Amino acid sequence: MPPTAAPGDWTIATIRAAVASGDRSAVDVCQTYLDRIAEADGCLNAMTLVLRDEALARAAEVDARRADWRDRPLLGVPITIKDVICTRGHPTTAASRILEGFRPPYDATVVTRLRAAGAIVIGKTNCDEFAMGSSTEHSAYGPTRNPWARSRTPGGSSGGAAAAVAARLAPASIASDTGGSIRQPAAFCGVVGLKPTYGRVSRYGLLAFGSSLDQIGPITLTVADAATVFEAIAGADPCDATSVDAPVAPVDANLTRGAAGTRIGVPRGVLDASDAGLDAHVRQSFESALGTLAELGADVVDIELPHAGYAVPVYYLVAPAEASANLARYDGVRFGFRAAPPEPDSLPTASLAGMYDRTRHAGFGAEVKRRIMLGTYALSAGYYDAYYRKAQQVRSLIRRDYDVAFADQGVDVVAMPTTPSPAFALGERTDDPLSMYLGDVFTVSANLTGLPAISLPAGLTVDGLPTGFQLIGRPFDESMLFRLGGALERAAPWWRERPSAAGFGGAHPVS
Amino acid sequence: MARSPYRAPEPGCYDPRMAERLTRAEVERIAALAHLELTADEAERFTRQLGDILDYAERLRHVDTTGTTESWRPSAPQSALRADTVRPSLGPHDALANAPDASPADRDSDAGFFRVPRVID
Repeated sequence: MPPTAAPGDWTIATIRAAVASGDRSAVDVCQTYLDRIAEADGCLNAMTLVLRDEALARAAEVDARRADWRDRPLLGVPITIKDVICTRGHPTTAASRILEGFRPPYDATVVTRLRAAGAIVIGKTNCDEFAMGSSTEHSAYGPTRNPWARSRTPGGSSGGAAAAVAARLAPASIASDTGGSIRQPAAFCGVVGLKPTYGRVSRYGLLAFGSSLDQIGPITLTVADAATVFEAIAGADPCDATSVDAPVAPVDANLTRGAAGTRIGVPRGVLDASDAGLDAHVRQSFESALGTLAELGADVVDIELPHAGYAVPVYYLVAPAEASANLARYDGVRFGFRAAPPEPDSLPTASLAGMYDRTRHAGFGAEVKRRIMLGTYALSAGYYDAYYRKAQQVRSLIRRDYDVAFADQGVDVVAMPTTPSPAFALGERTDDPLSMYLGDVFTVSANLTGLPAISLPAGLTVDGLPTGFQLIGRPFDESMLFRLGGALERAAPWWRERPSAAGFGGAHPVS
Repeated sequence: MARSPYRAPEPGCYDPRMAERLTRAEVERIAALAHLELTADEAERFTRQLGDILDYAERLRHVDTTGTTESWRPSAPQSALRADTVRPSLGPHDALANAPDASPADRDSDAGFFRVPRVID
């Protein structure tokens, strides 16, 4: 454990080792992060809830049982949970007014597994409402700010989770990714974000958005830390019928194997497409990371993904369609918010339906309404075949392109930038939803196909904004992502850069 | 994108409704289906924004999907069957705890219930 008082370079690995050996108490570590939250979150708004007393009590328990628990992989490690994941007895709102006051009667499986691994849940993080958005501006709690430039978004929907790790409010966050919601904010905030293979991690207790797309994963500072959290949370769960019982390769062996002998496919046609709008600085960072991996012995080849250019329109029909069904349950009857009756309540026979309509009107924000409308339209009689079914067919073609690259061209991973641009300014895209959606061009195909994908820090632009390098792997081959990610990180340890606007040392520069 | 397999649209093989711009009346019909009350301002804004998004999605029409099966989900689920045994589940107290309006379980009503506005006169 470094001697510094601030958790600047602390990782899961260093914290776990220090707590297990007794060099530092779990209470001390926990208190350090709670102090950091108190110092910096006022200007970031990454946290929706801080579980101070519970976290300190749990840390004291870890210290008391250190001898018995010393083998636990996340011993004494503080972790934040995105506010779309249920924590028993603690507010879980999806950053939506419609879940005002909701306290889940159970923990999500991922929370149970983290605790069993020795982790300490220190709070919940801000996000776009029901994880719908790419900027964390669609939140009932107000926007989270980017720790590298507070006039910019941290990305989304898991903007709070990524900002928290980048600003060292916690060494790890658990988030969800339906169309890039882990990877895009990780890229915007200069940290590591992993979307595991569909089915890898139980979604029991995740508030459902797009059930054929949603997956839970970690946001961390280093690749090794992402692998450690992944190993702790992966595995089949009887409470989630879509979870898969597939072996998890031991993490340590793969992390240090290096890039030699691997093959990386680069879909040049996707990067060069004019409507992708790839920023010159992001491209430069991408090429530089690719060059590093080639120098380390990876075989870099061009591949074709002929249907990848359709991923955004496919995604923005499929995801809203699934969302419109999943969000039908928020009706003001069983949980959360109910709108007050109109005065006077003149139509008693119509009042139940009227209550639904008013509750959903007042409880949902604009982006959620937009997606419910879009999804309802795509599923409605007369449009189902032309929109929803057609999108699901093109989705098959997108997956087939990847299968061809993996099987016929023998690539182990597909590499792309995570995002076409670095973090954009707050307010820049809120009135133009289509421009917000187009920024997801490189991330949505991993969700449509179910493939695992990771975003790695790839350095800063001339304006000092982080960029992300994305690798998409074969089904259930997260270990290849860790192997190549580990190789890149050792050669270019960008994670050690501290965000310039994260309020370190009590300074709160206005940017 | 440069290398996409765009095909020239073949006249007559598409649903002609797709090419028409979304109308405000349609937006209001969809809102009713989705049980969403919309203000006049929202209806106007959604007509424009959803129209833009649907126009963008028009490009899917150019993809040849003849004989292509749908991907309803990324992978076939493993068997989700389990033994049909009775297990503990959420009790009435916990089930009602989050309701905006509920009558709790008590001596008079053994299970408790959710209360909603009157449905029948």
